[in-house]
Amino acid sequence: MPWTKIYGNKADFEKAGGAGAGLRGLTYREALHEAASQLLESDQNVFVMGEGVDDGGGVFGSTLNLHKRFGSDRVMDTPLAENALTGIAIGAAASGMRPILVHMRIDFMPLTMDQIINHAAKWSYMFGGAVSVPLTIRSIIGRGWGSAAQHSQSLQSLFANIPGLKVVMPSTPYDAKGLLRASVYDGNPVMFIEHRWLYEHMGHVPIEPYTVPIGKSITRRNGKDVTIAAVSQMVFEAMQAAELLAADGIDCEVIDLRTIRPLDSDAVIESVTKTGALIVADTGWASCGIGAELAARLVERAHGALKAPLKRINFADCPTPASPALEKAYYPDRHTIAAAVRETFELKRSNG
Amino acid sequence: MPISVIGKMEVKRLQVINEQGQADASLISLLPDSIYNKFFETITLARLYNQRALSLQREGRLGTYASILGQEASQIGSALAFDPSDWIIPSFRESGVLIAMGYPMRLLYRYWMGDERGMSCPEGLNILPMCVPVGSQLTHSVGVGMGIKHKGEKKAVAVYFGDGASSRGDFHEGLNLAGVFKLPVVFLCQNNQWAISVPRSAQSAGATIAERAFSYGFEGIQVDGNDVAAVYKATKDAVDKAKAGGGPTLIECFTYRLDDHTTSDDATRYRSRDEVEAWKAREPLIRLKLFMEKKGLWSKAYEDEVIKKASDAVDAAIKEAEAMSPPDAADMIRFTNKELTLRQKRELEELEG
Repeated sequence: MPWTKIYGNKADFEKAGGAGAGLRGLTYREALHEAASQLLESDQNVFVMGEGVDDGGGVFGSTLNLHKRFGSDRVMDTPLAENALTGIAIGAAASGMRPILVHMRIDFMPLTMDQIINHAAKWSYMFGGAVSVPLTIRSIIGRGWGSAAQHSQSLQSLFANIPGLKVVMPSTPYDAKGLLRASVYDGNPVMFIEHRWLYEHMGHVPIEPYTVPIGKSITRRNGKDVTIAAVSQMVFEAMQAAELLAADGIDCEVIDLRTIRPLDSDAVIESVTKTGALIVADTGWASCGIGAELAARLVERAHGALKAPLKRINFADCPTPASPALEKAYYPDRHTIAAAVRETFELKRSNG
Repeated sequence: MPISVIGKMEVKRLQVINEQGQADASLISLLPDSIYNKFFETITLARLYNQRALSLQREGRLGTYASILGQEASQIGSALAFDPSDWIIPSFRESGVLIAMGYPMRLLYRYWMGDERGMSCPEGLNILPMCVPVGSQLTHSVGVGMGIKHKGEKKAVAVYFGDGASSRGDFHEGLNLAGVFKLPVVFLCQNNQWAISVPRSAQSAGATIAERAFSYGFEGIQVDGNDVAAVYKATKDAVDKAKAGGGPTLIECFTYRLDDHTTSDDATRYRSRDEVEAWKAREPLIRLKLFMEKKGLWSKAYEDEVIKKASDAVDAAIKEAEAMSPPDAADMIRFTNKELTLRQKRELEELEG
């Protein structure tokens, strides 16, 4: 499928053939914008709210000028009050609306934990299934913007621990558009986590509305030697690593998890049963993270599948630094992944 | 002039029936006679429900319980001003509100016995589950109000919270945004003077809670919370205003929690017997009965009949609650998400054996 391909920017996209043949290219940012625009157009119950959704930046362009088209009561700028806005969105969702709440940085979300964990995640259960909270919360993670400990975190695992929530992390423009629509119509509270570094990535995106199933991973690259399970921006890094490794004759399978709760561990286990080796590349910390959960499930369900120790690629176990020098040391990239794969591949070979 | 006055605040307090049962003639004529019987019968029912809940707790037949004794006028007077289709967002001490709205008592008992199904709101009512985290529900009411406004419905939202919640950020954020968006929300502060062991005087240096509405750009009023007619009148005005597009109102019901915070608390450790006795003399039923008697709406025989009917209803509700079979263990998985995750499906299969 053309839209499963990953292009880091417009130039790469065009080099690979670009649009044409009835296909159209959009950036991740444009895909998010189009998804919101189509939802607002077709469903009066959908509205977008958040601080700065109508300003000149428009949440890094993803909501730019939507208020001009749909009115400021459907694309609402709000005072800064994260917990209240989340509570309001929950109340609106419980009364039949389908709000899309935007927090520009995931680092603001700890202020909303009471509302998300004690309320949004619980109401379906507390009401015996009678009331649901169809709420989508967009938030953005990033790296390398020097904003450090309180502005560059990657907190997806906090949410993935909570029953009642769903957590999606699209890595391509196609998935960004399709998963946003799926989140709005999922019927559960969905944490929709974007990566700022993906905003300029370009890919094929159909013009008509569509959904991408929540809870399903996708295999971005087939391979026989080592499985790399990755999320968000690390999927792109994993694909680049796979290219580097292919030159050395190491054939990687890359699985884009796309959703981390529910986690499509079956696909990963199936792949590892074939390759015998697993690297998990996450955008956040290791402890109780995506890699830990995948490792546990692998051991629970297919403990003999591994022919070499599993490796996790994560942030170092310390807060995110501000200094560019420290950032360079802090963030794993394609080379970190490639080095881990090489080591694993060698161990697997020597273990016979 | 270097300094000029650019704003003035007026804090109003409403009382319709005083502690001696005398009513303000101009105000009382605004309410129909039939409403007083409704007040009396609902308060009697809620009080009996409450009394039995406390007994059941002591007998080990019900879990930790939050008594409403003393606050019945604030709860019932306000709730009766709403229509069944309006939205009610309660804290955990609003059993009286729910009873006034027609919520089945068997479900309330079941809830306090420890059963999620007790908060499964019946068709025809829009009541969110009792909010146990203090004050979180204030923002939900703003969201529900936003939904009503988006859909163009003629409905109002009641949100209940205590004096303790008024110190939380949710109070400020909720009221502020309700004012900004001019939403149909009635904020009903049940100022019962004690947030567990913290007295109202330690909660805020402000003289009233009602006056805070001033800074959010809408009206706030304090009512004698033990005067059911005053609570009803102030709430009805706020509901009518909300439905006419006039935006939110803050009503501070000035009342008193006569019992412990919950059955797990011992209030004698932090407040004096004299204080409690003084408030007992001001409890809502005394003045309501005096007033109704003068109007020829109350007699001993009438009261006996009301108590008998209420008592039968409470007995039946307890019987039904205790006869309910325990929930199916699989329910805990079943209702967590709208559709089950693969892992939940596997866990459900295990539970279903």
